[in-house]
Amino acid sequence: MSAILVAIAGLIVFALGYRFYSKFIAEKIYRLDPDYVTPAHQYKDGVDFVPTNKYVLWGHHFTSVAGAAPILGPAIAVYWGWLPAVLWVVLGTVFAAGVHDFGTLVLSVRNKGQSIGTLANKLIGQRAKMLFLFIILILVLMVNAVFAWVIANLFITYPASVIPVFIQIPLAIWIGYAVYKRNVKMLLPSLLALGIMYTMAILSSGNTWMQIDLVRYMGGEEAAGLFGLGSVATAFFIWIIILLAYVYIASTLPVWKLLQPRDFINSHQLVVGLGILYLGLFLTNPEITAPATNPGADTSWLPLLFITIACGAISGFHGLVSSGTSSKQLNKETDARFVGYFGAVGEGILALVSILAVVTLFSNADEFLGAYTSFEAAGEIGLGNFVEGAAGLAQGLMIPQAVATTIVSIIVVSFAATTLDTSVRLMRYIITELGSEYKIKPLTKTHVATTVAVGSTAALVLIPEGPQGFGSGGYLLWPLFGTSNQLLAGISLLLVSLWLKRLGRNYIYTLIPMIFLLFMTMYALFQQVVFQWAWWAEGTNMLLFIFGAINFVFALWIALTAFAALAKGDGDELPK
Amino acid sequence: MLENMKKLIRYYEDVISLNHKQEIARELRDEDDLFLLLLYSEMLGIPNPVYYYTLELYPHMIEEFHDWHLRMGMDKSPLNGIRCC
Repeated sequence: MSAILVAIAGLIVFALGYRFYSKFIAEKIYRLDPDYVTPAHQYKDGVDFVPTNKYVLWGHHFTSVAGAAPILGPAIAVYWGWLPAVLWVVLGTVFAAGVHDFGTLVLSVRNKGQSIGTLANKLIGQRAKMLFLFIILILVLMVNAVFAWVIANLFITYPASVIPVFIQIPLAIWIGYAVYKRNVKMLLPSLLALGIMYTMAILSSGNTWMQIDLVRYMGGEEAAGLFGLGSVATAFFIWIIILLAYVYIASTLPVWKLLQPRDFINSHQLVVGLGILYLGLFLTNPEITAPATNPGADTSWLPLLFITIACGAISGFHGLVSSGTSSKQLNKETDARFVGYFGAVGEGILALVSILAVVTLFSNADEFLGAYTSFEAAGEIGLGNFVEGAAGLAQGLMIPQAVATTIVSIIVVSFAATTLDTSVRLMRYIITELGSEYKIKPLTKTHVATTVAVGSTAALVLIPEGPQGFGSGGYLLWPLFGTSNQLLAGISLLLVSLWLKRLGRNYIYTLIPMIFLLFMTMYALFQQVVFQWAWWAEGTNMLLFIFGAINFVFALWIALTAFAALAKGDGDELPK
Repeated sequence: MLENMKKLIRYYEDVISLNHKQEIARELRDEDDLFLLLLYSEMLGIPNPVYYYTLELYPHMIEEFHDWHLRMGMDKSPLNGIRCC
């Protein structure tokens, strides 16, 4: 089957979803009011509350939510065949993610721009706050550990990407200073930086001496490395230590010095990446070689598919962005439809092309099934396949294979590194908050909190029995990433439903995705906790069992609270 | 065509600099807050040798002062001399 057909069909459904479904939701359910005074106007302070043009705000919202996660999830989920993944991304975006991102934005706008976390606390109570923080803490810890491994893995597999990625750091610092101290416009310097990075990519792809290949330096894959480890394990160890040292520094610096200028460069990379993928797709017209479904799968797609693809179909993280920053900058309430709903569509478009890049890579279905032998194997090879598949599409633009592979791996590493920076910073904030909540004063210090954040990440990442070999300890907790994220989305949808109920509107459109998500999350958790991780099951794993059980209890509690609140008509704390 | 291209570039620049503008504004506001604190250091019991001159700024900054003390977590004006609310 032609990949272009699938892409066009997906894009048409997205367009129809935006044109009709979001219009219906905006007019009949959320009933947006063009005259409503948004928090951006009411509390205008020139810093957090700033009325912003809707197109600019959409661009900002989209670049904040799009990253490595909508690539990683789909690249793994194609294990069940391309059809379930495409259907979930397309329908999930239209009926769940769009309504969720849009709803959290409107709810926050109607509530002084307060975040979903604050609203959830009001509704579910103070007791939930610690559990809520705990869930987010696990979420960021997993992200840290997994992304550190992912980056190390890409550095080892594609050594040509090392120099271009590292050169981004001094370039970003230079841009940060130029813009901040000398008030230089940032577009040109950041484009120049991107040009330098890609020039280095072209040079390093063709010159072996410019490729920092630790495994080769140690004498190949079979050679022995340090501390009795093999050469590959040693390379993982060295890269992970370097990355953790880097994130320690990056997450304690003021954001304008490194994080933000890197974001400018990465915004260009997002545009370049999407451009390469879609142009390549339409120019090369590749065939989908992967099977539509995989009947021989060792793990059932139900319910895991809905957990594996979180970002790209529906993700609770988007609600944090919608209600955290975007709601404070919304110029008119009617803009929420474009910013929130179309923001989710943008993410869906990225996830769709990620799926297509992977499923067109192999020459036939047998080769695909030979690579994706088990769900575990899919986790290991997913991202590498995306890089190869995307590079294949890039060849349609006359970019040589080696250069295309390097550039795509740079894009993925850059996204993953930004996610890593942000999530270590987030973890530091949470540790500081826990420190002040429980009056543990040392934890409120920046460097102590960062040391705890980086130290616990290192402990998790370097657990010897990681599922994908040394350094992949984060993958132990990966199954919980999707569930935590979807749980968050379920809570947000609950809040929106309660708000709609209080206003006497039809809340079925947010209630159904909420029930679906909470059910799938609990189903997946129950299955994994009881049949996989518990001490009586085959794959006993106490770490996962404990975290999974806590997550499950929390999910159950949320579900019960939700139904009790809906039955009683709670939600007085929520504004009209 | 050229005009549209320019518009597109301006739009793109606005998108990527939105975050940054916010951060710069925050940094500037923090500096302003520090400046105000220096001007009204009597509040902390630190004698201000130039209070006579800072008083002259009063009419110019009364609105800003009001925003400032709200931001600093004080609902009412902390200075008897300044009755903004």
